[in-house]
Amino acid sequence: MAVIFVLWLREVKKYLRSRVQIVASLGGPLMYLGVLGFGLGPVFRRAGEGSYLQFMAPGVIGMAVLFTAMFSGIAMLWDRQFGFLKETLVAPVPRLAIMIGRTLGGATVAVLQGALIFAVTLIAGFRPESVLAVPLAFLVIVLIAVVFAALATAIGSTIKEMQGFQMVMNFLVMPIFFLSGAIYPLQGLPRVLAALTRIDPLTYGVDGVRGLLTGSAYFGVGLDLAVLFGVGVLFVAAGAWRFSRIEA
Amino acid sequence: MSDRPIIRVQHVVKAFGKVTAVNDVSFDVRAGEIFAFLGPNGAGKTTTIKMLTTLLRPTTGSLELDGLDVTAHPMDVRKRFGVVFQDPSLDSDLTAWENMDIHGVLYHVPRHPRRERCEILLRMFELWDRRDDLVKTFSGGMKRRLEIARGLLHTPKVLFLDEPTLGLDPQSRNQMWTHVRSLNQTERVTVFLTTHYMDEADRVADRIAVIDHGRIVATGSAAELKDQTGTDSLEAAFLALTGTTIRDESATAADQMRQVARVWRR
Repeated sequence: MAVIFVLWLREVKKYLRSRVQIVASLGGPLMYLGVLGFGLGPVFRRAGEGSYLQFMAPGVIGMAVLFTAMFSGIAMLWDRQFGFLKETLVAPVPRLAIMIGRTLGGATVAVLQGALIFAVTLIAGFRPESVLAVPLAFLVIVLIAVVFAALATAIGSTIKEMQGFQMVMNFLVMPIFFLSGAIYPLQGLPRVLAALTRIDPLTYGVDGVRGLLTGSAYFGVGLDLAVLFGVGVLFVAAGAWRFSRIEA
Repeated sequence: MSDRPIIRVQHVVKAFGKVTAVNDVSFDVRAGEIFAFLGPNGAGKTTTIKMLTTLLRPTTGSLELDGLDVTAHPMDVRKRFGVVFQDPSLDSDLTAWENMDIHGVLYHVPRHPRRERCEILLRMFELWDRRDDLVKTFSGGMKRRLEIARGLLHTPKVLFLDEPTLGLDPQSRNQMWTHVRSLNQTERVTVFLTTHYMDEADRVADRIAVIDHGRIVATGSAAELKDQTGTDSLEAAFLALTGTTIRDESATAADQMRQVARVWRR
């Protein structure tokens, strides 16, 4: 337990110390919120869908959580050769404890980043339907963070080259974001796209947050939670398995 | 010094696909000695250290540390050694103290003795005044010293040093060996080091094993190696044993990352 805690604390400390990185990581979500939110707002309204900002704010929060969580796994790649990972791998502690500490740390950082973006959306004019739903929405955010931090651990334990990072960004993280319904409604999509959105775990995450904060879930919050939980268990198991196989 | 070897390696082979990095290597390290593993690039030094430190499993053969089989009892073996890898393994976004403290937790050193020993070691390695500074502000020599201090925190029986002086200036190298020598005396810790600086091996090591192409080609004290080859310097003995051709390793993913790291770090 002490091992898990100290490794978790390490991730959180590093995050809180990297002020520049925090500010830099706000850039992406802010651009989507600002440019798309206000740029597409009039079209969205004309289509009779109401406020686009209100619609996409949960998506942007989901995006921030996704990117931050995935980054923790990529950082592991680097850590493996030039950093602290080897120190933990030769320590007399089970690999599982190391994997859990790191993954929970990465997930916590992603939740903190999500909270920060949530605050930004409030400033931009996003209004949750009820304050009471906010803690529940954060439960969904925690699940999103764990799902993708675990996926990141699995990937970070598997690929060896830095070039793999670009591959993961272009062929995994970006599609996960764009297919999640973060920036467009899931209603009436072409069949292929509809099928793809349904196999994207982030879709359920964004839908859950949106359902709780704005009252309009496509799948229903119950199903969203169930899917995220199931995928979370699966990815944590996969991450633990891949991590246990690392040969430094 | 006891007669029982603290490290015993018998007929170890490690193959990566078609490449045999370590080919039927056997040697003993005596408790309390400073043992140097000498060899050209790509000779199998690091692979051997990785096997002894439980990071790689041998393809065949057996490795023992303090009487324990390394592959069968990795957890117990890990408690008994400290290691400084060729590439840094500090967390540069944490302070020197935090790096030490986390290590103590990972090795189950209770809080009170942990703090005491952190202080002793940081003072010994002249890092006490900088304990609350982030490691990324440290020089190469300071980082190395911190890694050695950290490796000793859990009072290991063996300290592995994989090319500990690579990239350090002569002053830092000199200082580092003075430290290692005195630790070997005061803490009774066995030191297993790899290097390709002949003068260092000559000066520090009690015994030397020369490894080339994954095989041990000679073992003995510096004087014995010179006698054996009829040369008057260890450098000449080394060249007599390993030949004069330059080794070109094929670049691995790690080497490529090392290139990037040189630009980004420091």
